[in-house]
Amino acid sequence: MKRKILAGAAVAAAVLSVLTACGSGSGSSGASSAFNAGVAGVVNASNATGGTLNYALSSAGDSIDPGNTYYAFSWNFSRLYASPLLSYKPAPGAAGKDLVPSLATGLGTVSDNGLTWTYHIKSGMKFSDGEAITTADVKYAIERSTFAKDVLPNGPSYFKTYLVGGDTYQGPYKDKDPNGLASIQTPDATTIVFHLTQPFYDFNYLVADPQTAPVPADKDTGSNYQSTLVSSGPYMLKPGSFSPSSGYTLVKNPDWKQSDNPYDKQLVNQINVSFNVNADQIDSRLISGQVDVDMAGTGVQTAARNKILSNPADKKDSDAAPSGFLWYYPIDTQVIPNVDCRKAIEYAANKTLFQNAYGGQAAGGSIASTVLPQSVIGYQAFDDYEATTQPGGDIAKAKQELAACGKPNGFSFNIAARSDRPKEVASAQALQQALSQVGIKTDILQYPASTYTNTELGSPSFMTQNNIGMGTYGWAADWPEGFGFLYSIADGAAIQPAGNANISMVNDPQINQLLTTAGSTADTTTRNGIYAQIDKLMMGQADVLPELYATSLLYRPSNLSNVYVTQAFGMYDYTQLGLSSS
Amino acid sequence: MITFIIRRLISAVLMLIVVSIATFGIFFVVPRLAGQTTDQLAANFVGKTPSPSALHAIEGRLGFNLPLYEQYWHFVKAIFAGEDYSTGTAIVHCSAPCFGYSFKNQLQVWPQMMHVLPVTLSLAIGAAIIWLVAGVGIGVLSALRRGSLFDRAAMTVALAGVSLPVFFTALLTLAWFQSDIPIFPNAGTYIPLLSNPAQWAWALVLPWVTLAFLYAALYARLTRAGMLDTMGEDFIRTARAKGLPESRVVFKHGLRATLSPIVTIFGLDLGLLLGGAVLTETAFSLPGLGHFAYLAIENNDLPEILGVTMLAGFFVVIANLVVDVLYAVVDPRVRLS
Amino acid sequence: MSKETGIDRPRVGQEGFVDIAPEPSSSFLELRDLRVHFPTDDGLVKSVDGLSFKLERGKTLGIVGESGSGKSVTSLGILGLHKSANVSGEIWLDGEQLVGASEDHVRLLRGKKMAMIFQDPLSAMHPYYTVGNQIIEAYRIHNKVSKSVARKHAIDMLDRVGIPQPQSRVDDYPHQFSGGMRQRAMIAMALSCDPELLIADEPTTALDVTVQAQILDLIRDLQQEFNSAVIIITHDLGVVAELADDILVMYAGRVAEYGHASDIFRDPQHPYTWGLLGSMPRLDRDRADRLMPIKGTPPSLINVPSGCAFHPRCNYADLTGGASQSIVPELVDVGPGHQAACHLSAEDRRRIWDTEISPNL
Repeated sequence: MKRKILAGAAVAAAVLSVLTACGSGSGSSGASSAFNAGVAGVVNASNATGGTLNYALSSAGDSIDPGNTYYAFSWNFSRLYASPLLSYKPAPGAAGKDLVPSLATGLGTVSDNGLTWTYHIKSGMKFSDGEAITTADVKYAIERSTFAKDVLPNGPSYFKTYLVGGDTYQGPYKDKDPNGLASIQTPDATTIVFHLTQPFYDFNYLVADPQTAPVPADKDTGSNYQSTLVSSGPYMLKPGSFSPSSGYTLVKNPDWKQSDNPYDKQLVNQINVSFNVNADQIDSRLISGQVDVDMAGTGVQTAARNKILSNPADKKDSDAAPSGFLWYYPIDTQVIPNVDCRKAIEYAANKTLFQNAYGGQAAGGSIASTVLPQSVIGYQAFDDYEATTQPGGDIAKAKQELAACGKPNGFSFNIAARSDRPKEVASAQALQQALSQVGIKTDILQYPASTYTNTELGSPSFMTQNNIGMGTYGWAADWPEGFGFLYSIADGAAIQPAGNANISMVNDPQINQLLTTAGSTADTTTRNGIYAQIDKLMMGQADVLPELYATSLLYRPSNLSNVYVTQAFGMYDYTQLGLSSS
Repeated sequence: MITFIIRRLISAVLMLIVVSIATFGIFFVVPRLAGQTTDQLAANFVGKTPSPSALHAIEGRLGFNLPLYEQYWHFVKAIFAGEDYSTGTAIVHCSAPCFGYSFKNQLQVWPQMMHVLPVTLSLAIGAAIIWLVAGVGIGVLSALRRGSLFDRAAMTVALAGVSLPVFFTALLTLAWFQSDIPIFPNAGTYIPLLSNPAQWAWALVLPWVTLAFLYAALYARLTRAGMLDTMGEDFIRTARAKGLPESRVVFKHGLRATLSPIVTIFGLDLGLLLGGAVLTETAFSLPGLGHFAYLAIENNDLPEILGVTMLAGFFVVIANLVVDVLYAVVDPRVRLS
Repeated sequence: MSKETGIDRPRVGQEGFVDIAPEPSSSFLELRDLRVHFPTDDGLVKSVDGLSFKLERGKTLGIVGESGSGKSVTSLGILGLHKSANVSGEIWLDGEQLVGASEDHVRLLRGKKMAMIFQDPLSAMHPYYTVGNQIIEAYRIHNKVSKSVARKHAIDMLDRVGIPQPQSRVDDYPHQFSGGMRQRAMIAMALSCDPELLIADEPTTALDVTVQAQILDLIRDLQQEFNSAVIIITHDLGVVAELADDILVMYAGRVAEYGHASDIFRDPQHPYTWGLLGSMPRLDRDRADRLMPIKGTPPSLINVPSGCAFHPRCNYADLTGGASQSIVPELVDVGPGHQAACHLSAEDRRRIWDTEISPNL
């Protein structure tokens, strides 16, 4: 139910990254161009206006309708034309995970023991068609995007889970009641009140989703809305420019005022987005200056990576951005029920080989020993299985665990991998090789990425039937905080027959309870402690085998201004980009 | 001739029905036979980690809960009669030929295909002209100068052309002429012919040449072999014995007999290409039918896959028909009956 | 190598003539020591190796021999259609030397002054053009006339060779004709420019017997009408018996025997000719005796047997005291206008013919 997935099918294979280098860079604004300068500081800070920004994407994404999209880059980019209630602070480093008001006047006021959340929006704001923006438009946007899954299937379903009556409401297309969902109230045009079924103190993060960007009901065209959408942000869709196969153009929204939203920027005159451009071509156009931004934000392909890292002139224009992504193997606790057997796998696995499979220390990411990545709020460093101290694996310990498991000569199961992602296949081979050294015999089963997470790895019955104990996988949070990362992969209630993300089949009463507690705990420090606790529990039970904290090697053309990596999305902050020489 | 064409048209329609059943079977029936539930099928078309109610909603909307024959009937009916479907806020009529709407982006398939078809037409027809002229020309010269340096060089290059995959030659040409020596910086972006013919052609030169290289190589070898055969025929000797000048012997008598099998192969190749030059389009990021098909398969978007398969099948069937008729026109010994 | 650069062209000089210019022939067609050699990967194929004969207007020469004896190569050599062969010797046509003449000049003579009827007209006519089209083409190459005039001429020609309804058949394709009709059309095409020399290469081989006779009659009639010189090439002595004034028997690219038709049939002097006569079917014999085939197979033209090329197949080669095996026999006069190349003595030949061959024919 939760997560922000990495961009298109091809790109995950391309999460090429250099060692996270959070500490490097000056950290000061307006840093000069240097490798990783955009990770901790702003490169080329400028308020110069004018020019045209060209974005390119190797797929077409899912939708540009803010109510029908679930890609990280899309959540990042849609803020340019669809302002949600809240947004992320435009800043490099950890500050980028802070929430700031966008449409709203401030963060939500909570009352009723965490069950009621109230937001106010600024008055006098207008849509790109000149109509006033009201909280009724926000309410309608949430209703259509969350509850009309047959028409707009892609967005997340958090509001359905947490809002009173969300489990039965059918959405505004089927339910013609003009009052809509009763648990969202709009007492006046600038106030919106949410009534929850249970206390949920991460609610501010939910209203930073593009789902809360207002949609005027009379302009809604359902599944066609992406081609006619009405803007509430600094840019608007150029009429008639949208093509589902080739892209679209944004122009300045004349009805948007900088005074309403100090955090967004309206620097360039026009933004072109090209869909379905060959990934390698995006890289070469990026380096030659024909494309300004690789929209997916997941890093360059192998060819460009080699070119950039080996050429100092190119390398200084690149960043190894911590993507907030974890490469890991869920271990299906129903297929491999014995915890000692799972621990044997933890020890036997050769983490250096994983790193090589994903592109090496400099390009794949750093070796992971926890479930939570370093850039997620709640992360605490620990290492139960010598992942960082003995990355080549510990055969002796692994054999001890096998003996404890009662299978000193090993056992056998199958490993799943996405056939069209060579790095993941290489990783599976590395795992197979390491496990065979302690007598654990495995076969690698490959499936296409398009169905993998839904019908193979995402289907508990399929896993059991095919004796699949582990599978290559990657995960990132829907919001950069422990709950957003952990809920779907750790809560027993998140287990589903298809499209399941809790692949380990973790259904531990203690973890379930901790997650519920975290949601209803107002104090952030306490909450963050709980996430680390869950992390330790999962690792203690060897529910997952972490591989790498992923980084993406991003390239920034030298004339791009205000460039930095926002930790909210693990890529450049698209709301701030401009051109210094236009 | 007319009855022949009518009969062939009827069999073409039957052929397309078979194609549609086969495609429908592969993508709708086989997964079920392999044990997938309709929930799992629907899971491919809904957002990530969907709730069961969202799954049911999408299942109903996509018709997965209907019996298979009914799903197929809906598919066929839509092609001939069109279909209504809901965008949520309104009922939209998808007029015939309606190939349904994409499960992924909720757009009608047919207009999408018509939107990208000009790209494929531009690519295929442009490349076809190049390879036909170049391939046949080189083949004839090679045959007439059999064993010469030209012949050997041309046939070596042709061997390379036949052997090298398009995605390799495409990347090579891109590396050379887009990155290293940027003569064709726009290669691969499609500019509509009517908006700027010069830019249209300039941007298509690399894809044309790359695609044509493969086929020209093949056609050069075919033409050469055919020409060598033909020039040994008795009727060539007769033509010479009549006192015809050699140029006339070669072009009127030799080439004419060599070309007729090539014309038929050409028709079939072109028909196949119109269904999408998948590798070339993907390598050059040309948003044509082949690229459309590639994306449809990658996204597992069933109506798009069905639609593009049917359209490609249509082109092949029509090409076959045209070739058969053409063959009778070219070779008087063939009588259509 | 093209024929103009034939290596042994100054052959006359080698034979001791001071003047390298050969003496023009007074005959309409005369071949002097014609050699056609094909260089191949396996060696030099001597398809025709020293052939000489004369032919006057209105006369018919029959060239007889087995497959590979050089008959067809000779005819194509006269037309100048050998592209990859070394051609040497002299070909005189109406006072002009063709060997060494410019290719374009010879081309203009082809179809006009000399024309050829090929065997197997189905493959010899272009399958994609109508019969009329092909005749018109032949006519218009040599005559500057409009298409309609040429078409009328083509219809006339078809009419003349006995094709019914020529006005409509002119637009038919070769495959729409029967075998005999096709051969007639072929003849019409060859005769369309009133050639003075007509070469018919196995004109009736592909046809059934009744049609054969019609075609041969047609050729004879047309020859009388046009007063052409005709060369009939065949392996069938029966055909030449009908038509030929003179007969040339070829074996392994050389002349075995040459003489008037009556001499060849009544008084053949070469064992090979005897063999040919013996292998002619005769209806007035018992079935078992009808044929006396020549034993063995035609020789390789790359490794021609030493001495008389026919000796491995000759029943009488042992009578020559080893000459047949070692010495190439000269073509010598054996009677008025009658020549043979055989080492057997005149007495032996007479005796063998009278006692062994003639009674069994």
